[in-house]
Amino acid sequence: MANNTQTIIRNGLWQNNQALVALLGLCPLLAVSNTVINSLGLGIATTLTLVLSNGLVSSLRRYILPEIRLPLFVLMIAGIVTIIELLMNAWFYELYKTLGIFIPLIVTNCAIIGRAEVFASKNRILPSLIDGLAMGLGFSFALLLLGAFREVLGAGTLFSQADLLFGEAASHWQINVFDDYSGMLLALLPPGAFIALGLLVAAKNAISSKL
Amino acid sequence: MQFSTSCSPFTPANTSVNQLMRQVLIALLPALGTMFWLFGYTVLLQLLLSSITALLAEALCLWLRKRPIKVHLFDLSALITAALLALAIPTIAPWWISVSGTLFAIIIAKQVYGGLGYNPFNPAMAGYVFLLISFPQQMTAWQSPFLFLPLSDSLQLIFSGHLVIDGLSSATILDHIKTQLSLGLSLTGIQSSALFGNIAGKGWELISLAYLLGGLWLLYRKVISSHIPVAVLSGLAIPTSIHYLLDTGSANSALFQLLSGASLCAAFFIATDPVSAATSNSGRLIYGILIGLLIYIIRTWGGYPDAIAFAVLLANLSAPAIDFYTHPKPLKQQL
Repeated sequence: MANNTQTIIRNGLWQNNQALVALLGLCPLLAVSNTVINSLGLGIATTLTLVLSNGLVSSLRRYILPEIRLPLFVLMIAGIVTIIELLMNAWFYELYKTLGIFIPLIVTNCAIIGRAEVFASKNRILPSLIDGLAMGLGFSFALLLLGAFREVLGAGTLFSQADLLFGEAASHWQINVFDDYSGMLLALLPPGAFIALGLLVAAKNAISSKL
Repeated sequence: MQFSTSCSPFTPANTSVNQLMRQVLIALLPALGTMFWLFGYTVLLQLLLSSITALLAEALCLWLRKRPIKVHLFDLSALITAALLALAIPTIAPWWISVSGTLFAIIIAKQVYGGLGYNPFNPAMAGYVFLLISFPQQMTAWQSPFLFLPLSDSLQLIFSGHLVIDGLSSATILDHIKTQLSLGLSLTGIQSSALFGNIAGKGWELISLAYLLGGLWLLYRKVISSHIPVAVLSGLAIPTSIHYLLDTGSANSALFQLLSGASLCAAFFIATDPVSAATSNSGRLIYGILIGLLIYIIRTWGGYPDAIAFAVLLANLSAPAIDFYTHPKPLKQQL
């Protein structure tokens, strides 16, 4: 496995994008991506978890017995997610309420334990941190595209409820893309998420084959 | 074993895709004519809109997929999808309804899966469900029958949406019965409403009979086999009759169910789509009965007044499994 920084970053953002190529962590990806702001909130939380868990696993990799590594990874990730959940409860209470169960469910996001197992447990701390950040940003990128696509089609807006994440000053950030738009319910419902993800993966493959 | 021998000249069989599809289109003419007589130019405009969209979308997809455009475009399958969808959506729906529904049907439900012959779902019904779920308000406002709209009014209504006519839209009979029953009214009281004709919805029963006429012609021309229509209609009629005998207060007669909504259209034109249906004869019977049964179940207990599209899509999903268990195995080999 190549360890130079550039390869790690390219892998995380594009080549091995956790959402679009590995298709990991689809449960939160599909459930929460109905608006840009929800996607952004979950993307940031997931990225933070990935960076911290990769760093923690990598720094403890010499002391973890291989036989019990998976339970230990889960415990560490669960601890980190609990910290992030408490922080969001304190600082972004409205967003915390909107995202609901999907914040604790970050623990079960296979992308995170996948990176701990595949990368962090075999590499030094700095590459692991970079890998966590790149993977997290790649995941957030897919989440944001999906959120934007579904919000524009489903409700005809962008950045609605931005105040959940950016405070009162952002409450007028909402952009109405179409005037007098009655909304397309399907895009906001679960089947719309699956169809949109399928289109996104197709677009990613089409661009990859051109590169 | 003796085979009968015959001498030339032989008549060629009409089996190309293009010829089959052309006969299906001809068989749709009675229904189209009846709808034109009942609703006016609105139905023709919807047909025109969805046909143009379907051909353009099909050509675009074929070009993107680097397939021969001319061959596939003129097999008329896209036009069938467009026609079925145009006849299924409310005639007074705004123009973007038929355009977006057709785009979804052709691009997502058909071409993404690999085009004609590879689509697991009936494209027209997938497009219809897409519209019904996405735009419930526009998809449930039907034009009142016997309200003939001239061309100018139809254009204005579909393209700008601003046309005020009293009683322009009314509930369909299945919708009406569903809401009235939920209010606790008795069926005999509901049946005296002005929406009722002789057996089923006023005007609507005529459209159903027109579909029956077209369907029988398709059977006569051997474009479709009788298995699926018979199975669909009996799958709907038998449980309905049992329900009717047990509970005359709130259940409709089988004849009413068959002439309401799109039952006959589904039995002859939608369920018989050769691509998405089961292919063996016994499989076709199971597939058809499944559709009929699902229509009965969704109409009786479901949240939507009519159920054709959902029933057909669910049966489409089961068609590969039905085929797996019903295809005759050569020499009765064990699996």
